[in-house]
Amino acid sequence: MLLISCPNCGSRDETEFHYGGQAHVAYPENPNELNDKEWAHFLFYRENTKGIFAERWLHSTGCRQWFNMLRDTVTYDIKAVYPMGTPRPDAAGKSTAETGTASLAADSTTTGTAAPSISGTSIAPAATPASTTAPKGATK
Amino acid sequence: MANTAALDGINGLRDIRRSPASHLAAAMDAGSIQGTVVLKEGLFQTMAGVRVDPRSEEGSRIAAVTGGLPARCGDVGGTDRVTVLWLGPSEFLVVAPEEAHDSLGGDLIGSLVAALGDAPGQVVDLSANRTTFELSGPRARAVLEKGCALDLHPRSFTTGAALSTEVGNIPVVLQKTGEESYRIFPRASFAEFLGRWLLDAMREFASPEVP
Repeated sequence: MLLISCPNCGSRDETEFHYGGQAHVAYPENPNELNDKEWAHFLFYRENTKGIFAERWLHSTGCRQWFNMLRDTVTYDIKAVYPMGTPRPDAAGKSTAETGTASLAADSTTTGTAAPSISGTSIAPAATPASTTAPKGATK
Repeated sequence: MANTAALDGINGLRDIRRSPASHLAAAMDAGSIQGTVVLKEGLFQTMAGVRVDPRSEEGSRIAAVTGGLPARCGDVGGTDRVTVLWLGPSEFLVVAPEEAHDSLGGDLIGSLVAALGDAPGQVVDLSANRTTFELSGPRARAVLEKGCALDLHPRSFTTGAALSTEVGNIPVVLQKTGEESYRIFPRASFAEFLGRWLLDAMREFASPEVP
């Protein structure tokens, strides 16, 4: 079972979430100009990364909001959680852009962490001020 | 069959309606262990789903009607009469006693709609969407912990907090109303399953504890 840090709700069980596939697949600027092959490429072709993978998740039984996540497909280690619409952070979990939104320390989201404190999420306060502290009842 | 002659206005309808877990009332009575854990279905309530940006002008108008909107996950806003549960950053569930409904002489839904006006957002009457289970007693937390992954310890889940989560794999809003009392809001169609699930989870506490 994964423990996933929702940017709004803090750490919750994987069963509360739905997977949304690969992140950062941009809609074509001029879909009418694509030929069938390019359109099929946009619709159906996705990376099958072994290692760090950027993907979308939906907290479907919680706040019902989408967010992006960097997850290692081999170890299931969650490297970063960052809002929709922001660029992909680098693999170390730090944002490459000046937005500075994704700064989840790996140990705050990985499974099996026995840290006594409620770690919740550590998304930068500028992005989501309501999420700086773990909400009441957040799973540790 | 319902006596159609009794269908005299709104109060006639109120007399013949059944709450989603009403057929479990006897089982809940039999399954409750007084002084240990007690389950019952709450009264009908007026509920309204509100989607509005709380930082906007219309958000503050809505907040003025409800007595405040919760700011973050877990928070509960409102007054003594009206409870506002946080469902998402711009989504709230307003819960009030049945009499607050416009059809019974109240003005909750109407005043919420008026407060929103033409601004982006929505106010929807969801009074029939969810039912209310009231679970209380010293072992209420132990019952919930069988099917809820949240940390329900009082140091983390404090009185007055409410979270939308899963209990027994059913999506619910779980509100802690007192030290040992919880309110569970499942959707009406899940009421039977969750009611029986809770009764099953409570059953062990009827027997003497095995040390």
